[in-house]
Amino acid sequence: MPRQTPSQTIGPFFSFSLVAGGENVLIDERSSGERILVEGRVLDGAGEPIADALVEIWQADSNGIFKHLADPRHEDADPFFAGFGRSATDEDGRYWFRTIKPGPVPTEDGQQQAPHINVTVFARGMPIQAITRIYFADETANERDPVLASIADPQRQQTLIARREQSADGIARYCLDIVLQGEHETVFFDA
Amino acid sequence: MTRLDRLKPLDWTVHPPYLHEPYRSTVSRSPRQRLVPLPQTLSELTGPVYGDGDVEPLDSDLTRNAVRNGEPIGERIIVVGRVLDDDGRPIPNALVEIWQANAAGRYIHKNEVHDAPLDPNFTGAGRCLTNAQGEYRFVTIRPGAYPWGNHDNAWRPAHIHLSIFGRNFLQRLVTQMYFPGDPLLPLDPIYNGVPEEARQRLISQYAHDVTEPAWALGFRFDVVLRGSQATPFESEGGS
Repeated sequence: MPRQTPSQTIGPFFSFSLVAGGENVLIDERSSGERILVEGRVLDGAGEPIADALVEIWQADSNGIFKHLADPRHEDADPFFAGFGRSATDEDGRYWFRTIKPGPVPTEDGQQQAPHINVTVFARGMPIQAITRIYFADETANERDPVLASIADPQRQQTLIARREQSADGIARYCLDIVLQGEHETVFFDA
Repeated sequence: MTRLDRLKPLDWTVHPPYLHEPYRSTVSRSPRQRLVPLPQTLSELTGPVYGDGDVEPLDSDLTRNAVRNGEPIGERIIVVGRVLDDDGRPIPNALVEIWQANAAGRYIHKNEVHDAPLDPNFTGAGRCLTNAQGEYRFVTIRPGAYPWGNHDNAWRPAHIHLSIFGRNFLQRLVTQMYFPGDPLLPLDPIYNGVPEEARQRLISQYAHDVTEPAWALGFRFDVVLRGSQATPFESEGGS
């Protein structure tokens, strides 16, 4: 059997191929669900912003359905929401996405996962991506989420929970920094 | 809910660790806490799906997709390969995106400072979808070596960056393809960050069957993603 191909860093110069512009807007006027802005910075171990990171997200639609054959409900997925987005960080290390708030996602044993967004972080200086999740501070379902519950330290749990702020245009803004290393290091997963 | 087809673990005997001090940028960009085990749920076992509308035929020919007033300078090459999982199953409709320096070792990027000429007819960006057999094919220009600031007189071996979307979120891979016989490889801390026995898998092979007479040299580079955990027996068995 063949063995896995090793990962290598994305390096500093990916954007001219991977980012044409607009990949961080997942919605149009036809998408259903609550429109939200998700944003934050990517920071290194010294607390400095990382200006050459690529953040990718993958999420369910507003009903918690993925547009993918592995989801038995995929035929009911929102035809106007694909669920994938990509944002290159700017000079201040900032990423942002315009998307919708995902619905809860079922587990195989009939539990519900709280609404969340799956995140992949790539950057120069990262030989392999790091994966994490974004949860939403105003969701009471967080208390029963099996993934959050698996993180013993409540302070580390908080590294996954975006705070909600109201923006001027009335769209809910969720803010979460992704800290690659150090005292406030984000929880990264091995799945 | 139907039973999900889970993936084998990421093979850390193959992949580079986050921290590899000779590659200096890893020192402040490497998670130090233990990774938290994440169950493979629907969120991880789904991912973006691509189809024919997502790429144009010219996207995979980097010698033609940016022509302004002539042909790009350099050695024309054909890069082919298969995207498969480590069960040996081909992955069709995988999106493969590539980017690279031009023949002079210069990237077309605003932060690029290397004193080497840009090529007005070459950007070095391409994309394609694998076919039903998991095969991809690019026509491009062999990239030059590239100097960088990691250490004194540091040069990256010639390489092509590849970004691959497999069947789901967990199969996502970004890697680099190198060329056989490159004397810079043993000196490169990015290449050397990979465990020694796995490094060879990053080097493409010269492929005479791909080489086209009086036109271009061929290279082959297969990409292997994480495969399924289930054997046929297990997948029928429940639990």
